[in-house]
Amino acid sequence: MTDTWIILGASSTIAKAFTRSVAETGAHVILAGRRMDDLEASAADASARSATGATPVAFDARDPATFQPIIDAAIATGGTINCAVFVGSMPSQDDINADPALVDGTIADSFTGPARFLQMLAPVLSEQGSGSVVGVGSVAGDRGRVGNYVYGAAKAGFATYLSGLRNQLGRNGVHVLTVKPGPVDTVMTQGLGDQPFMTTADAVVADIHKALRKKRNTLYTKWIWWPVMTVIKLIPEPIFKKMSI
Amino acid sequence: MTDRNSTEYAGWGRALRANGVLARPNTQSEINANAPAIGNRRSYGDAALITGGTAQDLTQLDRIIAFDRTTGLLTVEAGISLGELARVLAPQGWLPAVLPGTGFATVGGAIGMDVHGKNHHHVGSFCQHVTSITLIQGEKTKTITPKSGSIWKATCGGLGQTGIIVQATLQLSQARGDMMLVSEQRATDWDHHIALLDGSDAPYTVGWIDAMATGTSLGRGIVEEGEICRGLKPTARGSKKIPFDAPHLALSSPIVRAFNALYYRRVPKSGRTVVRPINDFFFPLDKIHDWNKLYGRRGFHQFQCVVPLNQSSVLREMMEKVASSGLASPLAVLKRMGAGLNGESAGYMSFPMEGYTLAIDFPNRPAARDLIAKLESLALKANGRIYLAKDALSTGTAIKSMYTDHPKWAAATAKADPHKHLQTDMTRRLDLRT
Ligand SMILES: Cc1cc2nc3c(=O)[nH]c(=O)nc-3n(C[C@H](O)[C@H](O)[C@H](O)COP(=O)(O)OP(=O)(O)OC[C@H]3O[C@@H](n4cnc5c(N)ncnc54)[C@H](O)[C@@H]3O)c2cc1C
Ligand SMILES: NC(=O)c1ccc[n+]([C@@H]2O[C@H](COP(=O)([O-])OP(=O)(O)OC[C@H]3O[C@@H](n4cnc5c(N)ncnc54)[C@H](OP(=O)(O)O)[C@@H]3O)[C@@H](O)[C@H]2O)c1
Repeated sequence: MTDTWIILGASSTIAKAFTRSVAETGAHVILAGRRMDDLEASAADASARSATGATPVAFDARDPATFQPIIDAAIATGGTINCAVFVGSMPSQDDINADPALVDGTIADSFTGPARFLQMLAPVLSEQGSGSVVGVGSVAGDRGRVGNYVYGAAKAGFATYLSGLRNQLGRNGVHVLTVKPGPVDTVMTQGLGDQPFMTTADAVVADIHKALRKKRNTLYTKWIWWPVMTVIKLIPEPIFKKMSI
Repeated sequence: MTDRNSTEYAGWGRALRANGVLARPNTQSEINANAPAIGNRRSYGDAALITGGTAQDLTQLDRIIAFDRTTGLLTVEAGISLGELARVLAPQGWLPAVLPGTGFATVGGAIGMDVHGKNHHHVGSFCQHVTSITLIQGEKTKTITPKSGSIWKATCGGLGQTGIIVQATLQLSQARGDMMLVSEQRATDWDHHIALLDGSDAPYTVGWIDAMATGTSLGRGIVEEGEICRGLKPTARGSKKIPFDAPHLALSSPIVRAFNALYYRRVPKSGRTVVRPINDFFFPLDKIHDWNKLYGRRGFHQFQCVVPLNQSSVLREMMEKVASSGLASPLAVLKRMGAGLNGESAGYMSFPMEGYTLAIDFPNRPAARDLIAKLESLALKANGRIYLAKDALSTGTAIKSMYTDHPKWAAATAKADPHKHLQTDMTRRLDLRT
């Protein structure tokens, strides 16, 4: 049976690279996002690259009414359903400090929106008894840092959610992979200047496929972020609270 | 959204550099109509450099927009690379009709330089297989075709001066597989080399030349002929890596000389046939990322000229100068070019013309620059021309006398970009826009 991949946040730079990689294996892709013109162009690109089918669908993480039609579109393909979550937003901490209302949207885009969507999809996957979920979190979720803690909190919440989802779906043969990228050269990081250990969307996608093959639970990409975050997590809070890293 | 900070960046040869803003639009709507577009900066000199201004890297606009598998018509965004297209299309039975020696070249860059491949003698240049181009010109977006007249001819090989290329439709050629059957034979000297190139009717033909060999061995090398095939397994013990490790060993002349001699002998006297994956055949150097850095911070130059068929003696004279200088690197290529599809060239400033083309890399040193100047005046005297994708050292006067259609190009670009927003370091250095 062919694979069907639901791509949440399909206009994201990393999602585009991921979409191509699964299109080339002949999967059916359900491209869910906000910008229909962009999704249609990506659907054409996926078809030219051998996707069995490519369906653009409207998705807004802040509007749960858009969720069910995406699941229906996936079921209609008749393939084995998989889901990759790339949606997320990262307003600067300064902007959030100036306008606390931004907290809600940040958490909806990176955490509560995708969590509610996956909660709706979970029974379908359980019933299917196979398939994978790829959830993109961030190293920023591993510790609350002064420069980025609302985004970090949203990603931390999402990671905890994915861990529970893994615990549940794993019993039914569904694999859940949590991806924690460090800085990736994408729209999100453009204009932020030089970032440590910057990687590319294509490299992240290659790592995701390797982790899927090995059925890994958590992936740090680049790998260096695993030791780095392990150390950062060990710093005692009395010291950490005075640091600006 | 774009990066606003100014950075230093270089052309592929790293001898010329620019300080300016590198912007990277993510969608067509983010494009600034008044800043020149660049691709993957595989041009050696300053064609893709904009000092003190903004260069727009279009590599994020890299989607396939439409692909008709029955006719082989393919519409793409300008930033997609030709290597990516070859990788995706070959398994489906199609290939871009023309592929240059690097798969990193983008469709926009391939149009901007009207690039040629190892099959130029049969199919002509890249733009002769482009059926439409969508340009952003100031406020307008317009689509042009070969029937559009001077704007078409000024766009093909036109260094991006007629507008920002956002999309193009290519007529692909059918590929019977994704492997290449390659036959290699030794050319023992200059005359033999030319004779083998003249006698070759293979779809893809190119000669590697030992630019260190002198005397009776002058011009010796290996002529490679390729044909696309299916169902064959790549020959396991590939020797393809050897030449490209050479720069690791420092490019001093005894080492290059020894290396070239070995490389030449790698092919048995009687010749041989091997099977290679197509990307290895078309883009042998791409496997070593950033090999251009092996020349050190001063960088390097590539001299590439083409001279008419009846001027091969001048080319031989150039080869003598190169060989006796001992300055060349192992990367030297000789090829016979055809007259172009239907005996025409695609654009006013297109490089390809019927004749022989010679391309040689030199480290960026004063002696090499002097030698290149000499080679260039020989090319000019022989009614030949040098390739702007490789140039970093020429002068406007020389270029304008080599490219006799330059005035037509200048007139068309003046109309298309009246405020000269799209000038690059190259068009300024060579004063091409006047
Ligand atoms: C190893 C190697 C081998 C090569 N072999 C060959 C060969 O066999 N045959 C050959 O012909 N060339 C060859 N080249 C040269 C190369 O193909 C050309 O320089 C080509 O233009 C590079 O494409 P690019 O996308 O990097 O363009 P760039 O170098 O970034 O730009 C080239 C020109 O095109 C313009 N341009 C780029 N994109 C756009 C756009 N979207 N809209 C408007 N203008 C644009 C730029 O302004 C510039 O003037 C080789 C280069 C290398 C490094
Ligand atoms: N880039 C990095 O350094 C980095 C590091 C760690 C983790 N990540 C995570 O990786 C994922 C992919 O990001 P990226 O780097 O590829 O950046 P990106 O291109 O900015 O992708 C983010 C995507 O999320 C979409 N989105 C935001 N809010 C939405 C909403 N309410 N409804 C629907 N879609 C919404 C955006 O849609 P529009 O295109 O319509 O705006 C955009 O396509 C994100 O979850 C991000 O947090 C990135």
